[in-house]
Amino acid sequence: MSPFLFWPFALLTLIFGAAVVINRNPVASALSLVVSFLGLSALFMSLDAFFVGIIQVLVYAGAVMVLFLFIIMLLNLRAEVGRRINWLASAGGIAVAIALLVQIFLVIDRFQPAAKAFPLLSRSPIDDVRNIGALLFSNYNLPFQIVGVLVLVATIGVVLLSKRELR
Amino acid sequence: MITLGDYLIVSGILFSIGFAGVMLRRNLIVILMSLELMLNAANLSLVAFSRFRVDPSGLPNYNAQVFVFFVITVAAAEVAVGLAILVALFRARETTDVKDISRLKF
Amino acid sequence: MNSIVPWLILLAPLLSAVVITLFTRRWKQLSSAISIAAVLVSFVCSCLVFARETTAANQFTWINIGGTLNVPLALTLDHLSRMMAVLVSGIGALIHIYSLGYMRDDEGKSRYFAALSLFMFAMLGIVLANNFVMLFMFWELVGFTSYVLIGHWFYRNAAADAAKKAFITTRIGDFGFMIGILTIWMATGSVIFSEIAPRISTLTSHSTFLTAAALLIFCGAVGKSAQFPLHVWLPDAMEGPTPISALIHAATMVAAGVYMLVRVAFIVQASQTALLVVAWVGTITAAMAGLIATQQDDIKRILAYSTISQLGYMMMAVGLASNDAAMFHLFTHAFFKALLFLGGGSVIVALHHEQNIWKMGGLSRKLPITFATFAVGALALIGCPPFSGFFSKDAILALAYKHNPAIFAIALFTAFLTAFYVVRMLVIVFVGKPRSEIAREGRESPPVMTVPLIVLALLATLGGFAFFARNFLPLPIEKEVASFVPVFAILALIFGAALAIALYRNRASDPIDVELLRHKFYFDELYSWLIRWTQELLARISAFVDRWIIDAAAVGGSSRGTWGIGALLRLIQVGNLQAYVFLFGLGVVAIIYFAVFR
Repeated sequence: MSPFLFWPFALLTLIFGAAVVINRNPVASALSLVVSFLGLSALFMSLDAFFVGIIQVLVYAGAVMVLFLFIIMLLNLRAEVGRRINWLASAGGIAVAIALLVQIFLVIDRFQPAAKAFPLLSRSPIDDVRNIGALLFSNYNLPFQIVGVLVLVATIGVVLLSKRELR
Repeated sequence: MITLGDYLIVSGILFSIGFAGVMLRRNLIVILMSLELMLNAANLSLVAFSRFRVDPSGLPNYNAQVFVFFVITVAAAEVAVGLAILVALFRARETTDVKDISRLKF
Repeated sequence: MNSIVPWLILLAPLLSAVVITLFTRRWKQLSSAISIAAVLVSFVCSCLVFARETTAANQFTWINIGGTLNVPLALTLDHLSRMMAVLVSGIGALIHIYSLGYMRDDEGKSRYFAALSLFMFAMLGIVLANNFVMLFMFWELVGFTSYVLIGHWFYRNAAADAAKKAFITTRIGDFGFMIGILTIWMATGSVIFSEIAPRISTLTSHSTFLTAAALLIFCGAVGKSAQFPLHVWLPDAMEGPTPISALIHAATMVAAGVYMLVRVAFIVQASQTALLVVAWVGTITAAMAGLIATQQDDIKRILAYSTISQLGYMMMAVGLASNDAAMFHLFTHAFFKALLFLGGGSVIVALHHEQNIWKMGGLSRKLPITFATFAVGALALIGCPPFSGFFSKDAILALAYKHNPAIFAIALFTAFLTAFYVVRMLVIVFVGKPRSEIAREGRESPPVMTVPLIVLALLATLGGFAFFARNFLPLPIEKEVASFVPVFAILALIFGAALAIALYRNRASDPIDVELLRHKFYFDELYSWLIRWTQELLARISAFVDRWIIDAAAVGGSSRGTWGIGALLRLIQVGNLQAYVFLFGLGVVAIIYFAVFR
């Protein structure tokens, strides 16, 4: 993959990811997240993971973020009015986040394979839907079914939780 | 030339941003969104490794991508339920500020 | 068969005490009969043992721990024990009979005789014990029965207090005694007298240790024989019935201290310092008690102080390393002191329990037998020849003259004092005109009381003569008897008696009044002040410890400390979601650090 593809999209993802956290307005946060997901999808594509990339757009950007926006609109959330910032807590939080980041860098640094480039593929990865599907339905059949049930249960749960009074 | 490490670094930075968001923002919705960021960072890392490991058959090792599939599915379910809870909470407390929903006296 | 008889001496009174306490409390006559029978059995067995010169009896093992501690239940039957057994049971028998008359109308007659039997058991136990532990056991038992008997009329505060005082004071001495026993055991590895004696001689190089051990053991004698400074209990013990005063506090129990020192003379005589201390304590006691007695108005108190004084003489003899002189004086003193107390008891009963000598007078005419026997006892006490006291006191004076002139001088002065206060008592009580209505109506006591008096008077007369006493104990023989010692003694006697007669003839009240002596040198006041001061100090310290160290520091500290730490730890879980996430992240960072980078 070309560095010209990678870096822009990577930066896109990161900058809008930061925008999610920094924005006061929740709608702006949500929309930044959408853009971030799109960037991420591009990164997936660059890794020859076409199926996952499409799924990312379809499910995450298409369904999950829509849901977020619905809820934001439903609750009519406004931009946060500035309250007193607890500088000590913020500093502590940022410190922990930075510590985590530094540790991740150091670990990646030590990780030998990380310096290697991606090996070349001898076959074309274009048909990955079929390949993933085959894998999914053979080795991972049971988890697949269970996830199906999980989604059903989640649906029922959401319906229950949305009732005004529980009967 | 892009190495595996680059993808991992991006993933790491994205994860830290998400974690900082969970710790520092007071709006519950934004916290949930930061949570999604963290999940996605993990997904990126998984896919990068999936591409890195090439099977003898010449294709990437798709096991990690199946894993990503599941993560996305479960994340979607979790977001649905989480938002339902948030709505219920909002109805009860009239606020989405995470500090105001706690009634614990100390 | 032969070896049971010695044990019978001990067991008869014990059996009597048990039977009376458990079964025959209600029938007073029966109880007294049982008790008298038991003591007569003891007496007969003692005489048998004495006559046959038995030297051994059955032995039982009581405690035997490896080689370290062997405490048998065994009797020691040498000449000294046999003589003492006869003396104790004999005088005990006389007093049992006398008690029939004295305690005739008493409500608690059964328990009186039960306690009396128990006392006989314990006293005979002391005399016959063959090891320190057994001796100590009986020693304590004697103290206990003394407590019971002094407090026989326990509903009287004075009696109850006196009983407590006696027990506690002797207990103080017993504490030293116990430590002394432990010391001796530690040094010689044995508590049996016959085993300790040879081993002591191997320790002669450790003179300080021997002195300490001897002095500690002497503590027991100081308590039990009412020597200075633990003499304060004996005068108060006069609150008990007079036969008890006669038996316990004149003839036998108080003599136990002297007996014990003679028994373990090999310990005491191993240290010159200890001997000197014993002699001086005895001397000081004798003089001090003599001085106090000159100003007392209660007939029993005068006799009590005279007992203390004579015990001082005996201690003096022990300290001058003559066991024979000490035992001789103990022997004669037992007779005439018991006689004097019983005679005094007779007077008291005749005057309906009046004890103040200034309410008496002219009783020689009303109570002739009592007067005659009392006079015999008095003359023996002041050391007038030919009565027994003369010989025994003279032996001690000669001893003192030979070894320590200072002690001799004080002893002679005490003899003068003895004559003074005894004749004072005699004159005020028996001679002259009756001073009160009660005295005018006094009548002689019944034979059950006067017969023991006569018997004792005979013994007090005969007891000093060699032909009689020689059968009982080795007589102290002074190699060169300085002839002027008895002369000086008789002079002191005559001088004292004459002074008393001159001062106290035909008086209605005491012409001399020495506050210090009348108040017994203020010993009681001093001791009670000391006890109060100590107790106050301890109370203050305890209060401080309780309030500041236990309450504030320990209890308060631990409770507030826990509360404080709890308040701190509580802040971790305040319900703040983001705080939880923060701590979670902190934990993750830490784990990664320790897992990957260490």
